Amino acid sequence: MEQLLILLIFLPVVGALVTAFSGNAAKNVALAFAVASLALTAVLAGQFIPDASTQFAVNLPWIQDLGISFHAGIDGISLITVLLTNVLVPIIILASYQHNYKSPAGFFALILFMQAGLLVVFTAMDAFLFYIGWEAALIPIYFICAIWGGKDRIKVNMKFFVYTIAGSLFMLLGIIYLYLQNPAHNFDIQAFYQLHLDPVQQGWIFWSFFIAFAIKMPIFPFHTWQPDTYTEAPAAGTMLLSGIMLKMGIYGVIRWLLPIVPAGVQNWGNTAIVLSIIGIVYASLIAFKQKDAKRLVAYSSIAHVGLISAGIFALNIQGLQGAMIQMLSHGINVIGLFFVLDIIFSRVKTNTIAELGGVAKSAPKLAIAFLIIVLGTVALPGTNGFVGEFMLLIGIYQYNIWAVVFAGLTVIFGAVYMFRMYQNIMLGKTNELTVGFADIKGSEQVVLFIICALIIVLGVYPKPILHLSEASVQQLLEQVNQKLTSVK
Amino acid sequence: MNIIITIVVTALAVLYAGLFKAKKALLPLTLLGLLISLTFAVTSWNSDTVYYGMMQMDNFALAFSSLTILGTIFIFLLTQNYFSKNGENIAEYYTLILFALSGIIIMVSYTNMSMLFIGIEIMSVALYILAGIRKNNFASNEASLKYFLMGAFSTGFLLFGITLVYGATGSFSLHAINQYLIGNYQAVSPLFYPGVILIMVGLCFKIGAAPFHFWTPDVYEGAPSLITAFMSTVVKTAGFAAFLRLFAGTFAPLHDFWMPPLMAIVCITLFIGNVTALFQKNFKRMLAYSSISHAGYLLFSLITLTASSANNVMVYAAAYTFASIIAFAVLILVKQKTGHDNFESFNGLGKRNPLVALALTIAMLSLAGIPLTAGFIGKYLMFLNVMHDYQIYLVAFAILNALVGFYYYLRVIVAMYFKEGAEIALETPVQYKVVLILSVIITVFLGVYPTVILNLI
Repeated sequence: MEQLLILLIFLPVVGALVTAFSGNAAKNVALAFAVASLALTAVLAGQFIPDASTQFAVNLPWIQDLGISFHAGIDGISLITVLLTNVLVPIIILASYQHNYKSPAGFFALILFMQAGLLVVFTAMDAFLFYIGWEAALIPIYFICAIWGGKDRIKVNMKFFVYTIAGSLFMLLGIIYLYLQNPAHNFDIQAFYQLHLDPVQQGWIFWSFFIAFAIKMPIFPFHTWQPDTYTEAPAAGTMLLSGIMLKMGIYGVIRWLLPIVPAGVQNWGNTAIVLSIIGIVYASLIAFKQKDAKRLVAYSSIAHVGLISAGIFALNIQGLQGAMIQMLSHGINVIGLFFVLDIIFSRVKTNTIAELGGVAKSAPKLAIAFLIIVLGTVALPGTNGFVGEFMLLIGIYQYNIWAVVFAGLTVIFGAVYMFRMYQNIMLGKTNELTVGFADIKGSEQVVLFIICALIIVLGVYPKPILHLSEASVQQLLEQVNQKLTSVK
Repeated sequence: MNIIITIVVTALAVLYAGLFKAKKALLPLTLLGLLISLTFAVTSWNSDTVYYGMMQMDNFALAFSSLTILGTIFIFLLTQNYFSKNGENIAEYYTLILFALSGIIIMVSYTNMSMLFIGIEIMSVALYILAGIRKNNFASNEASLKYFLMGAFSTGFLLFGITLVYGATGSFSLHAINQYLIGNYQAVSPLFYPGVILIMVGLCFKIGAAPFHFWTPDVYEGAPSLITAFMSTVVKTAGFAAFLRLFAGTFAPLHDFWMPPLMAIVCITLFIGNVTALFQKNFKRMLAYSSISHAGYLLFSLITLTASSANNVMVYAAAYTFASIIAFAVLILVKQKTGHDNFESFNGLGKRNPLVALALTIAMLSLAGIPLTAGFIGKYLMFLNVMHDYQIYLVAFAILNALVGFYYYLRVIVAMYFKEGAEIALETPVQYKVVLILSVIITVFLGVYPTVILNLI
């Protein structure tokens, strides 16, 4: 059993090395490896027993003198994020088929390297390993965005890099502190769960972790790197960042923040919720004013993530379960949106909403796919977005009624700016730019079909996914409550 | 002892070989001698021999000897085509480096203040000449003069400090001084305190810690690049070993007294090194300032004395040495081809020179302290070390400085990969490739599996 997880983590590494030396066949090699990872994930999910236990656990000695071990495992929460990663990476690779990137070997190898880093983050049961994965995922995406990005890429990505690494270094400080507090002197997550820190200590640890996660998600006011980075990144980079990477922050909150410093969460969770809700309203308002569709989607992503984060800090089962399913849904939807915008950009070389219009006439298939994705994003019942947002709102409602009033704005605002964008791009009069717009074909069709199918299937029948994480989330909440009462 | 004898004999043999114009034999002879001394260092592991109370070849000394000898071997491998362009007297360069190395071996193994002084002088005098070895180059002469004046000055401090300590304790022996401190803990002679501070100042000059760092940028920039590489890696490591032997061992009972001033030095060093490195346009000068900031991180091991302090320095110094050797090797290659060493000359390097660019990228990531490189483990150990005392503010300050570091280390990566440039193809001799590949392997290996050197000392 444990070999399965090792294989899962290291297959992308092998894939990356092979891809790096495969020259012009790189995209096919990379896709083959990504699909193999997906198949492996399917096997893993098939064998997974949906209870609260950590399964497929690997615990190998690594740097024993420092109490570091290669300890990884999968429970329900990890499984959702692993699924997310390994479903989306092949889609992202396939979505890059239409581009002719210079030095493709490097490009696709970096995607696979990043996948390995992400999988380490999502399965690590050792804080040090978690940190290594956290950084190992950052380096490849930095290179992807800075080499293959737009014209402002160098400046923008420097900001992105320094921002995220600042957060993670303070997280490292927190991790070292926990390590020193731990009488067993190791980084094992179970040992960290057992620690009894006083509320003041917990407050400090809370912030050292929270800032790292908040930058990654991003939560207001740590979001300023995000719109520029998303806009300047190559399409695949944007998809990786928005679809998978920001989930590292959400996952981090659930896995590391809540159970280790529950008192810190209790004291500072209100602040986090307020920040999240400010982010929702603020990002939505800015999204209204965007002229560039890619920037609009970037800001909408801040709003959606704000809702997820508020749901988590509400600390109840609906909020957390909603966050789990919404992580998956948001990943799928946002990748769909960026992919559609990338298709449009590759044909007419612009994403400025005002310059477009009437694309639906010449590209009906694209119009349908785009519509489904937009509906999923605005959380229409029957799509995947609805399930998650609904549960999140219930969760926040239980926390505070005023919070849910403001958080609920995201749904209304989202509908307005998303539909307006759709209307202005796809409907209306065709102009000279869009008159000869070629409809989707080949790999584009495949990608959009998969995304639309996922949106509908998850929307109609989300139960299997919810079932996967339910027991783990339940246990996590019990753990948090137990620890909170024991402090009192 | 056989290590030093081997090195000195090799140095003399090389000098004679130079006399008989046996140019081709110089490098093989040097490398052979160094390999033999490295073998001696490795094989006498755990032997812990004391030589007349003057030197002690304990594991600490052997580990640092091995590291410095290995670093010197790598630097000699880079001499291919380098010195021959600079004049006729190649044998002298080789000999002087070897003499400096023999001084370094004494510096890492002394157990007597007089040996510390002798070791530092043997090393320094050789380096004064090496810095100015380009007789017709203005910058080289300037470097030599500055280094000599500042070096002499700092030696003065050191000697004065040693004298005061002698006055207080009546002995040069580290063991006797330590016993004196333990025995008279309540009533240490007032002469002793200024002595410790003066010794600290003298040693801080040698390792280039701020505010005693002013010579470093000019000397590093003016000296031939290979000599700079030697000074900023091997010599620096030796300086730290000497520092550690004295302060973490002999003066440890007075930790409460000398730690606060050292803390101030650490903070100033980190700040000045990092912030000034940020504004450099010249790669070599940036490396010089960054080496100042690394001195700051290395001194962390003395802020909190733990059982693993010495080993942490060893790990950090190893990480820093091999990453710097890569940086200087690439710098030499670029300068040979383009004639410049500013950041612009690295533009577009990644396209035509994948190996060189990848090696330099890994070196920069290691110096910046990105996980899975040796540099990260080094920084991590340093942070962990001071966190034992919960010096959280110091670590937070260091983290902010590390962030600044990311910025300037990434600049060269940005230039190589993200900027358009002349797309020059470098001529990379085989030895350079060997050094680059070996250094990259060591850097990554120590980053992924540092267990091998964590409990060395």
